[in-house]
Amino acid sequence: MRRRSAVKTLALAAGSTLAGRNLAQARQPSHGNALAATAESRAILVDTTKCLGCRMCERACAESNGLPEPAKSIEPGKLRDTSETQFTVVNRYETENGPVNVKRQCMHCLQPACASACLTKAMLKTADGPVIWRGDKCMGCRFCMLSCPFDVPKFEYDSANPRIQKCSMCFDRLREGESPACVSGCPAKATVFGTRTEMLELGWSRIYHEPDKYVHHIYGEHEAGGTGLLYLASVPFDQLGFRTDLSRESYPTFTREFLYAVPFVLTMFPPFLFAVSRATAGYRQEDPEA
Amino acid sequence: MATVSADTPGFWNGTRRFARFLAGEMKPRGRLLTPFNVITVVIMATAAVILYVRFTRGLGSVTNLNQDVPWGLWIGFDVITGVAFAGGAYVLTFMVYILNQEKYHPIVRVTVLNGFLAYVFYAGALLLDLGRPWNVINPIIGNSFGVSSVLFLVAWHFLLYMTAELLEFAPAIAEWAGWPRLRRWLNRLTLGAVIFGITLSTLHQSGLGALYMMARDKVHPLWYSEFIPIMFFVSSIFAGLSMVIFEGSITHRVFHHRVGPDLERSHDSILRGLARICAGTLFVYLFMELIVFVHGQKWDYLATGWGAWYLLEVVGFVAVPSVLFLRGVARKSPRVIGTAAILTLVGIMLNRLNISVIAFKWYLPVRYVPTWQEIVVTLAVLSAEIWVFRWVVNRMPVLDDAHVRSGRLERVERASASAA
Ligand code: SF4
Ligand code: SF4
Repeated sequence: MRRRSAVKTLALAAGSTLAGRNLAQARQPSHGNALAATAESRAILVDTTKCLGCRMCERACAESNGLPEPAKSIEPGKLRDTSETQFTVVNRYETENGPVNVKRQCMHCLQPACASACLTKAMLKTADGPVIWRGDKCMGCRFCMLSCPFDVPKFEYDSANPRIQKCSMCFDRLREGESPACVSGCPAKATVFGTRTEMLELGWSRIYHEPDKYVHHIYGEHEAGGTGLLYLASVPFDQLGFRTDLSRESYPTFTREFLYAVPFVLTMFPPFLFAVSRATAGYRQEDPEA
Repeated sequence: MATVSADTPGFWNGTRRFARFLAGEMKPRGRLLTPFNVITVVIMATAAVILYVRFTRGLGSVTNLNQDVPWGLWIGFDVITGVAFAGGAYVLTFMVYILNQEKYHPIVRVTVLNGFLAYVFYAGALLLDLGRPWNVINPIIGNSFGVSSVLFLVAWHFLLYMTAELLEFAPAIAEWAGWPRLRRWLNRLTLGAVIFGITLSTLHQSGLGALYMMARDKVHPLWYSEFIPIMFFVSSIFAGLSMVIFEGSITHRVFHHRVGPDLERSHDSILRGLARICAGTLFVYLFMELIVFVHGQKWDYLATGWGAWYLLEVVGFVAVPSVLFLRGVARKSPRVIGTAAILTLVGIMLNRLNISVIAFKWYLPVRYVPTWQEIVVTLAVLSAEIWVFRWVVNRMPVLDDAHVRSGRLERVERASASAA
């Protein structure tokens, strides 16, 4: 059913060699060509091996976005999800390498499912990278929530004037030339902000410098077609609550074919139907019951 | 009846007469205190209160929707299942106007009316579910076209298709109001509206399935496949026709006095024809299910509880009714055909709800179950539709078939005129 173009197949093949952890080839920025348009988009690199789990980013986020202050103490062992009042959470996972802290928020996909799902363009992928939500457009259909492979957008179910809430990568701060609040607020420099190309280079160079410390995989480099949040870790990502079964193709691809078919059906069906109705018109008088 | 034509004494006179006619038609016919009326009024009144709460306190106050399950019963049943059930209109207009199967002409109007109302009410239920309904015009007036969105396509198609169906039904309204000129003019639009309507239906019936293409990791693998759009389209054929059969048998009994002689005579033969098509498309669908199942290598899932649930749907409500339909045709038994239709409808409901609600995020520990309020509102939407349907059928020439005969006459005249 899905016809991959030769180019796409090539790009995909290039991608899989990369995942094959072949160092020589991985150095080549082969991810660049398929996504040339987004080369300058901003990204955040999260190095989970550096994260202390102090949750300062949660506070910085709440403060910057005018959200209620996150709970002081959290139940140990409990995994939290982001919510309509908390755009980023840090969870602690017990793994084979001991505890690992993972900060989660919107992944700011390169080709976001949420934005392509949105029928009003309320969800918007900005040229700088952040995926933002615009209340004057949104009609609250929640199709973005249904479509997001990371289940990020949250809805204010208890409001008569509900908003879709999620991390905006501090879009307004970025415009002022600042970093996202969570990045600025991190005392351990576990998060780094820059262009996506830089962040990938930084990520891979950390992996090469300490090949035994890291798994040789940057989560977000290819997941869901590539994301604006990139993760380094010391243990396989499925131990850290990441979905590892996600497609490497971007999610909008899955509906693209259907949408491509639409203009064809719209232009070809009517004349065809008309022709058939003409061709069968003779039956009318010959119909014995008529 | 009022007649508006060029030689009426004055526009105002005509309008006044029509208003009086309308006022007369508004009066209820028949007894008011029937069990059906009492129950549905209670349901609708309750729903009004629920909706008031919903619009003042938010969706969370009356529904069990949550961050994990953004779409529940109102979308899964009212919209996604309801629209599949309303598929009969495009299939029948295809048979009658495109394939010129005159035999089915007597039931076209009632089916189109049903389809139109279903779209108005079920697709209208979409509005109840919108968090920010005041922005619903955004994708329509064009200040923000999300053209890459399947939902954008579906929303637009709903709107256009309602217009097409209204046009298809409009001659009946013109006949009822006594506007023969308008009627003749509207009649000429029918074929165009039909062609447009079928094209739109093909796209949005499958489009409803395509809504789930990006939720591929969230729908249980037994129900998810890339072929959902095609499967939705094929299944809308037998879903729609089964609804026609089911509704037809009820309408036939309840509105017996309105049924015309042609329809009375050919009803059973029409039924068998529809049953044959249902059986055929059900087989095609079953075959597609099988291919998708084998191709997707889903054997392992069969041994789970979800596998049993899946088998129940596919065997119990697809395979069984397809055989029953054939049997009903062979035995000329309306009862067997009716049973098959009901089973098919249950199957469609299961299928649509499985994809949208039941097997959606099957991995969650806490399942979404609709609140009683969600159910009451759904029932109220259904009741309101039946009320309007009843009002129309009791007044407009929907089930009587004079229009079919006169239409046929017109066509024969036109044909002989062009031949001469
Ligand atoms: S993670 Fe979800 S909400 Fe964030 S950009 Fe990607 S699809 Fe959109
Ligand atoms: S809820 Fe709002 S942002 Fe999300 S898809 Fe619908 S209109 Fe777009």
